[in-house]
Amino acid sequence: MPVIKMPSPFRSYTQDLLEVPVQGRTVAEAMNSLVVQYPTLLPHLYNSQGSLRPFVNLFLGEENIQSLQGVDTPLGEGDVLRLVPSVAGG
Amino acid sequence: MPDLTPDEILRYSRHLLIPEVGLEGQRRLKAASVLVIGAGGLGSPASLYLAAAGVGRIGLVDFDVVDASNLQRQIVHGTSTLGDRKVASARKRLLDLNPAIEVEAYDEAFTSLNAMRIAYGYQVIVDASDNFPTRYLSNDLCVLTGKPNVFGAIFRFDGQASVFDASRGPCYRCLFPEPPPPGLVPTCAEGGVFGVLPGVIGAIQATETLKLLLGIGETLIGRLLLYNALDMTFETVKLKKNPHCKACGISPEITALIDYAEFCGVPSVEHPYEQEHTGQEIDPLELAERLRSSSPPKVIDVREPHELEISRIEGAVNIPLGQLAARLSELDSAQESVVLCRSGSRSARALDLLASAGFRRVKNLRGGINAWAREVDPSLRLY
Repeated sequence: MPVIKMPSPFRSYTQDLLEVPVQGRTVAEAMNSLVVQYPTLLPHLYNSQGSLRPFVNLFLGEENIQSLQGVDTPLGEGDVLRLVPSVAGG
Repeated sequence: MPDLTPDEILRYSRHLLIPEVGLEGQRRLKAASVLVIGAGGLGSPASLYLAAAGVGRIGLVDFDVVDASNLQRQIVHGTSTLGDRKVASARKRLLDLNPAIEVEAYDEAFTSLNAMRIAYGYQVIVDASDNFPTRYLSNDLCVLTGKPNVFGAIFRFDGQASVFDASRGPCYRCLFPEPPPPGLVPTCAEGGVFGVLPGVIGAIQATETLKLLLGIGETLIGRLLLYNALDMTFETVKLKKNPHCKACGISPEITALIDYAEFCGVPSVEHPYEQEHTGQEIDPLELAERLRSSSPPKVIDVREPHELEISRIEGAVNIPLGQLAARLSELDSAQESVVLCRSGSRSARALDLLASAGFRRVKNLRGGINAWAREVDPSLRLY
């Protein structure tokens, strides 16, 4: 089962889980599985048109999914998808 | 390049022993100039190490004063400089650490009106700011002027660092084309930060700056470093230039600095958030009086549950800001309500959220529970 690694700003919505196991064979399915499990995350990750917000990046390994096949990028068992939002603290 | 004095040769002897630095590298550092935007959590270690390393001219920009709550992480300041201007406090400390350098203090907010003037003459910009408008300003300034932007950002236990140099790789906007809508990502003032975290990330920013100045090693250009202090993991991911980037793409739209407060949808320094809500606020004393009346308003505390252990108003309902949108059904939109947080920022966002959901009788407690503690209930602790 793939997992999505959660950054600090979003962990409060996933019961402080560092990694959330998700179901799905693509990035889109995995992200859908994430927001189905934790619906309060939805407005933080997606805009009202259903697009991933531009301040959130998804990386599979070292690669941004935009450099792969976007949300259609296939996921295998054990893959780790990483959510990287912009943070401004300093 | 300037020669080193005998005192400097002694001071930098551990650098001179390293072949990658040596006498020539140290002279290069002495001739170098770096602007550090922000004299806070990241700016403290970054500027301290740059000063110690012998960077000849360091500029510091910050408009704030040293507060007791800064000292948990802002190690360039001290108890003896509480209440002082941050740039003056930092300058004093840097010159104590290394009197052989110059430190220019810019006691002003970094804005699109003064950014070009302040940054003029500096080789490298260190983005040690704490807000999105300044981060986009710093990026665009560097893209437009061809300077490297040494980036660092932190939240709670997470740190990010990179070097954005549009002439050799992606810029900040390639990675984050737009900032989050206001309120969607909490700030350190709202969510907190592990005190040593900026020490790690700020030291990495100083490292990358020195490598750029010396022309040694592999910098973080084209890579984003992700550090988590809880897991103690350092990972890097690859960054690519976005050909459609509005700042550094093939057909850039940003050809001059813009209004970054407006771009990020946040209040500017000159017009802070709270001022936009004049008329929608209630003073602590007025709230205290209303709570004693026969028709008291409902008090909604939007802080995190663990903050209630520090201070709380009896009878207040706790709904953390992040859960508010999902828990509106617990509230009565017709009932008069007052929202509060620590200082009034999060509750101002809660007020916006409630107003957009049709709540017409909501007010924000001015200054938050800290103001309540100062004006109504001195038994409560300030934090």
